This record gives sequence, structure tokens and C-alpha cells, in this order.
Amino acid sequence: MSDQTQAAGTYSQAEEQTTFGFKLRALFLKHEWLRGYLLLSPTLLVMICLMCVPLFMLVAYSFWTQNYLDIDKTFTLANYEAYFQKPIYAALMFKSIRMSLYCTFATLLLAYPMAYFIAFKVTKNKLIWLILITVPFWTSYLLRVFAWKVILGFNGVINSGLISLGIINEPLEFLLYNPTAVVLTLAHAWAAFAILPIYVSLEKIDRSLLEAATDLGDTPKERFWRVTWPLSLPGVIAAGLLVFIPTVGDYVTPKLVGGTTGIMIGNIVQSQFGKANNWPMGAALSVISMLMITILVVTFIAATNRARAKN
Amino acid sequence: MSDTVSKAGSDVRGSEAPRVVESKHEGHSWTGEAPLFIYAVWYLAFLYIPVLFLPLFSFNDSIYVAFPLKGFTLQWYADMLENPALLRALENSVKVGAAVAIASTILGIFAAKAMTRYRLPGKGPLTSFIMLPLVVPGIILGIALLVISNTVGVDLSLYTIAMAHTLVAVPFAMLVLMSRLEGFDKSLEEASLDLGENAFQTFLRVTLPLAWPGILASTLLTFTISFDEFILAFFLAGNEVTLPIYIWSQLRFPNRLPMVLSLGACILVASFFIVTFSEVIRRRGVGTQSGSAI
Repeated sequence: MSDQTQAAGTYSQAEEQTTFGFKLRALFLKHEWLRGYLLLSPTLLVMICLMCVPLFMLVAYSFWTQNYLDIDKTFTLANYEAYFQKPIYAALMFKSIRMSLYCTFATLLLAYPMAYFIAFKVTKNKLIWLILITVPFWTSYLLRVFAWKVILGFNGVINSGLISLGIINEPLEFLLYNPTAVVLTLAHAWAAFAILPIYVSLEKIDRSLLEAATDLGDTPKERFWRVTWPLSLPGVIAAGLLVFIPTVGDYVTPKLVGGTTGIMIGNIVQSQFGKANNWPMGAALSVISMLMITILVVTFIAATNRARAKN
Repeated sequence: MSDTVSKAGSDVRGSEAPRVVESKHEGHSWTGEAPLFIYAVWYLAFLYIPVLFLPLFSFNDSIYVAFPLKGFTLQWYADMLENPALLRALENSVKVGAAVAIASTILGIFAAKAMTRYRLPGKGPLTSFIMLPLVVPGIILGIALLVISNTVGVDLSLYTIAMAHTLVAVPFAMLVLMSRLEGFDKSLEEASLDLGENAFQTFLRVTLPLAWPGILASTLLTFTISFDEFILAFFLAGNEVTLPIYIWSQLRFPNRLPMVLSLGACILVASFFIVTFSEVIRRRGVGTQSGSAI
């Protein structure tokens, strides 16, 4: 008797499973979006495990404290209090943001004419121009920064070149180890990142709009400021964000070419995970940096959207 | 040169305005385009010349990186080949790069196929989510992954570096593959399904052969990303280091500088050829107008 019920039980369970499998299959066949998500799920899973979970953990760390070698996991705001008590942190944060803004501005200013040239003036061999500006971007970031150290150094390319040409007698000391060197190096390192989004937005502009502007009597200059420039703004904004956000946290460039006056918030964060060995403080500093960047970016985007809605 | 450019400009793309303007004031195209062309050449010089000093001084017979050049030598390249730590780092970099290239391209194919072939609710936010590693500063991803490895109890090794690199390589793989998949006709896959192939066979026999330039380009690009990546590797390296970390560790020693230069020159030349090759495969056939922004 009990055997029988057991057998019946497993049978019905098996049947349930097949019907469940069948139902699941039918569900997937019926809904296209489910199949899409199934296909996307491995990638999403990897992104969640390797990005979201670690970032949450980082935020959690910022509320803990370093207890010599251990981490004290009681909730505290001590790290954030330390940030506001020691003015050096906030000063460095604002300095980093300012340097990044200079760098972003310089990069965009240099990149726009180049993107314009490729989008409007190059008709033959456009592919070659595109590849020429993309390739440096893929080559080692460390080596590109290092090249500037070699160029600007006390006994570097510029100084020794000028001395051997007899133009100067003493090496110029102001070239390396200052904020300007950092901004210059960053602008060079991120150049390709800025050109491509601007290029894409320029390339998308409907050429008949430009023709219409000319036909209606705009001079080339007017046509640029009234048609081309507003239509390329989304690309300029995207490029600006792509350069601004990563450069705020950079520590390689300041370390190699910035000297003591050129250090940025990234160097302090890095030292908390190295020599200073205070991981929770480092975590708090990076959470604050992320918040500052997010607030700036969101305000900026909201402002541009409002300005655009007005016009 | 500027003449040919401007001529080609008015020939090929009749829609551009200069034709009209040219008739109004003579020589507009000359004043309008020559300066831009000259600027473009200067810009390329700005992009390339700083980096070219590395190969130049790697052949210089002096441990100081300074003008005037002393004499030609291959000494620094010979030193490089006899340095076991360097060769070890190179081997590690190649291993990590290969693993990252394979993993991120596979994840990229899945994502690109889902994004281009299915009507997905929330496609925009999902794409932005996958692109996030491109805009989160490297240092933040690096320390976040360091913190999680420490919490979970994973020892730092080449595996942790490879995982971090996969995270930043996936968006690039997806972008490259999306522009490739958008580039060919969806109805080819539909025809295969209609003719009785199942989804897997269709993928294997129709999608893959058509998408292979994208797949190859993605593999090469993601390999290069991993091979050249420094910031994440810096935080996540255990005892075994990759080439950029090795270079960083050598920068402290002034007398190793020439060897670093020759190593840097080799890496630059290798990256240059790999990337140029993959860009040529990738952009040919896709067209310059598509949304392949990066």
C-alpha cells in the first residue's frame, strides 16, 4: 500500500516536472523578451557579480574601521567625519575636479576641429583617418603617460633638445612635476575618447539642413553656430563625460608627472590601500568621489536639458 | 593635398554646402579647408610624436634619455631577452589576455545577439548598465574588486586580474559585435529558421560565419585591452605580475630605463599592428556611418 502511494507520488511528481518543463518551454516560445533575457543573462550575471556586488561591498567598507590588521565591522561614520575634519581631503577633491575640468575642456577644444574635419572634409580614405585617431587610444595608457615623463623630464627630451640646440643653458624646471604637466598628459591620453563621440554626432547631421541654411542666406559661420554646433552638442556632452569622469580618479598620471603639487584624490585613495593601509578610509574617500562626480554630472545634464527645452 | 580633398569633397558629396558658397566668393574651399587639414596633421603629430620618443631612444646608446643621440645600439633589446622576470611577466600577460579575449567575446556575442535580435523591454537602461565599466573610474573598480576578493577570501592572482579585465572588456566586445550584427540582414537568420534549422544550428551555421570579422576584431581588441591594462591589475595582482605592472616596478630604477624603453617600444609596435588589423577587419563592411562609436 505504502509502496503504491510512493510510486504514484513519484509518478505524479515526474508528470508535474514534465508539464512544468513544458510550460516553461511554452512560456519562452511565447514571449520573445524572455528568450532575449535568457540570452543576456550570462553577461548580466557577470556584470552584477563583478561590478555591482563589489561596489556595494566598497560602500559597506566605508562604514567600517581599520583596527590595525583587522577590520572592525561595527557601523560608524568615523571615516566620513574624518573627511570633513581634515581640510586636506576636500581641498584635494576640489583640486582634482578642477584639474579634470581643465583637462576635459582642453581635450574637447582640441578634438572638435579634428572630428569636424573627418566628418565633413574627408571623403576619400575616411577609414584611414578614423583608424589613425583610434589606434593610439588602444595602446598602453601607462606607456603614453610614461612618454610624457620622458619628454618633460629635468634631463628629458625637451630640455636636452633645447640645450643641445643652444637655446637655453639650464634645464627648464617648470616642465615636469606640476598640475599643468598633469593636465597636458591627461589631455593627450584621452584625446581619442573625445573625438569619436563628437565625430559620430557630426556624421549623423542631415546634410540637407546645412544646404537649407546656406540657401536661406546663412554665411558659413552663421550656419555653423546655428545648425552644426547645436546638433553636435549631444556628442560633445558625451565626450566631455567620457573624459571627465575617469580623469577625476586618475592616479597614474599625477604620480608620474605631477610631483608633490600635482597629486590628485586618486593618489590618496591608492595610498590608503597601500602604504597608509586604511582600507575603510580609502573606501569612504572613493564613495565621496563617486557621489561628487554623480552630483556634478546629473546637475550638468539637467542644466543642459533645461537649456535645450527653453530654446 | 588640400586641393584634392576639397575637390573630392564637392565631387562625391554634392549635398555639402561649398558648391553654393564657392560661386559666391571665389576660393572659399581653399580658405575653409586648408587650415583644417593643417590642423588635422598637427593633431595627429600631437597624438603620435610623444609616443614615438620611446622607440627612438630605445636604440640610443646611453642610459640617459636625452639629446643629442649617442649612437645606435640593440643592447637594450638584448638585455630584455635575457631578463627572466620580464619574460615571466610577458607570459602572464599573454595568458591573462587570451582568457579575457575568449571570455569577453563570448559574453559579448550573447549580449550583442540579445540586443540586436530581440525586442527587449528596458533595452536602453540595460545597454547603459553593460557600458558602465567604461565610465566608472578604473581606481574605483580596482579597489571595489580588491575589497570583495578580500571579503570572500579569494587570493589575488592572475585569475583576479583576468576577471577584472573581462569586466572592462565586455562593453567593448558588445559594441564591436553589435555593429557587426546590425550590419547584416536579419532575414538570413529567419530564412534558416524557416527552412527547419533550430536556433542553435542557425547560430552556428548562419550567424557565426557572417559575424566572424566582428568576432575576430573583438578578440583582438579585448586581448589588447587586457594586455595594456594597468590600473585594475595594479590593485589585483598577487605574486605573479603582468607586463604593465612589471614596467611600473622598474620605473624606480634609473639604470633600467633603457630596457623599459625597448620593452615599451615592442609593446607599442605589437599593439599598433594588432589594433590596426582588427580595426580594418571591423570597420570594413560595417561602414563609417554606423553607431560604432568606439
